[in-house]
Amino acid sequence: MKSGTSPDFELQLAVEQLHARYAHALDAGRLEEWPEFFTEEGRYRIATAENEERGLPLPVLYAEGRAMLRDRVASLRHANIYEPQRYRHLASSFLVQRVDDRVVSSTSSFVVIRVMQDGATMVFASGRYLDRIVVADMKYEERVVVCDSRRFDTLLAIPL
Amino acid sequence: MLERSWPAEGATRVPYWVYQDEEIYREEQAKIFRGDTWSYLCLEAELPEPKSFITTFVGDMPVVVTRDPKGALHAWENRCAHRGALVCMQPRGAAERFTCIYHNWTYDHAGNLTSVAFRRGIAGKGGMPADARPESQAPKQLRVESVHGLVFGTLSKDVSSLEAYIGPEILPRMKRVLVKPLKVLGAYTQVLPNNWKLYMDNVKDTYHASLLHLFFTRFRINRLTQKGGVFVSPDGAHHCTYTEMVEDRGDAYEKDGMRSAGSQSFSLENPEVLDQVDELGDGVAIQILSLFPGFVLHQIRNSLAARQVVPKGIDRTELHWTLFGFADDDEAMTRRRLLQANLVGPAGYISMEDGAATGFVQRGIAGSPERASVIEMGGATIGSGDSRITETAVRGLWKAWRHHMQL
Repeated sequence: MKSGTSPDFELQLAVEQLHARYAHALDAGRLEEWPEFFTEEGRYRIATAENEERGLPLPVLYAEGRAMLRDRVASLRHANIYEPQRYRHLASSFLVQRVDDRVVSSTSSFVVIRVMQDGATMVFASGRYLDRIVVADMKYEERVVVCDSRRFDTLLAIPL
Repeated sequence: MLERSWPAEGATRVPYWVYQDEEIYREEQAKIFRGDTWSYLCLEAELPEPKSFITTFVGDMPVVVTRDPKGALHAWENRCAHRGALVCMQPRGAAERFTCIYHNWTYDHAGNLTSVAFRRGIAGKGGMPADARPESQAPKQLRVESVHGLVFGTLSKDVSSLEAYIGPEILPRMKRVLVKPLKVLGAYTQVLPNNWKLYMDNVKDTYHASLLHLFFTRFRINRLTQKGGVFVSPDGAHHCTYTEMVEDRGDAYEKDGMRSAGSQSFSLENPEVLDQVDELGDGVAIQILSLFPGFVLHQIRNSLAARQVVPKGIDRTELHWTLFGFADDDEAMTRRRLLQANLVGPAGYISMEDGAATGFVQRGIAGSPERASVIEMGGATIGSGDSRITETAVRGLWKAWRHHMQL
């Protein structure tokens, strides 16, 4: 039994902190911070459980590197039309595993509740985050969002 | 009681009750989806092997599509002859036969009822009378035809062959995209908060694309000033619009102060999501094609997809997207298609706004069933042409709709 100050315990806390900061940034509408949670080459992909189980590669949203993530934010800010809305992320059940000296992997569950400007509230998405995190700077090298459902209501503007 | 007569202006008006009325919705199911039309069912690539099946819809009606042991395609209503339960619950797979879980009634790949559990009873007791005819309530079987890997079905005995239904204006535009065996890349569903016809209006509306979608305009993917055109079948039912790859350097949008032209400072840091290879060799950047009543085939750069429009009530529509490539795509082409998947679907740089705009119409018209849309861009004509500043294809939709609805 390792002591409470073991490196794994600290790593667990650090990963949970990263996930929490990510969720709060999106839920507070601070989209410009979103790319900064990723490494320069970091990948972000929203997939569905159905496509993953069928071995099909189609993403709902896919970005390779921070530049593409910033493009997504710029488009949401300046190009795309969607009704004002907010998310509330609830993340839980964090499994953290060290891959090597450089990287840890993390699996966690999430629910995203979407609140429209008139107050209409719905469970918009649920699923798993499958992450590879670079330990040195605590950034996502890869974040795959596997949605439990293949169905998306109206549109998916703000990232999950 | 709502007066269901068409406005006197005719083709240039669409009354709002068509999107709101429950009775209209029920009649559409019978007269259009179960009437003399062909509905998209699936891709042949989704039924790769003998005995494979997939479930889908024709309007409200649940349907099973199968490939029988000899390789022939069938489609039949997913409803047991006995009590009406779904026969096939799985979305896809392979099966020797189809057995309803409720009372074990069994069907073959063509949807024929092949066995009724304990039909003759046990030891002389129970069972059905010898003259019972449960087959009289068997699932309806559809005519099935496919065109270049796309499978369609109809309940109609009268409608012409699929290729004749699509017609010589539109069929070549389908063939131009579907040049090789297809490979499914994946699927998802976008749930739209509006009547199914508002989505079809939107697809056929060549006038909106570069005005609503800043992404199109700012990056000159599709401007009305770029060379392109629209084809409409003579009955109005089907349409196809395209834009050529040649870059437009004009400033018509900027001069008119269009919102979609955007600010000059807005550009992509990594425009790789737009990198197109002219794989079809004809310099077309975008082609959107629709078949009445609820099918869309798109080529947006190298993104290819089938969109199936599934009505779920007067103000709810499911859009079933299936994105595909060609079976012989190399790794670079697959990666290109996956990056361009960012343009379409619920999170699509382009497509996300269509869900918003059509929902706004459904909400906006709530108090005015007696008023009507003004569909007068390009006059009152319905036909093909080289301008997309027209609503000709939208008028075509309503010509076909009124024909089927006898309204």
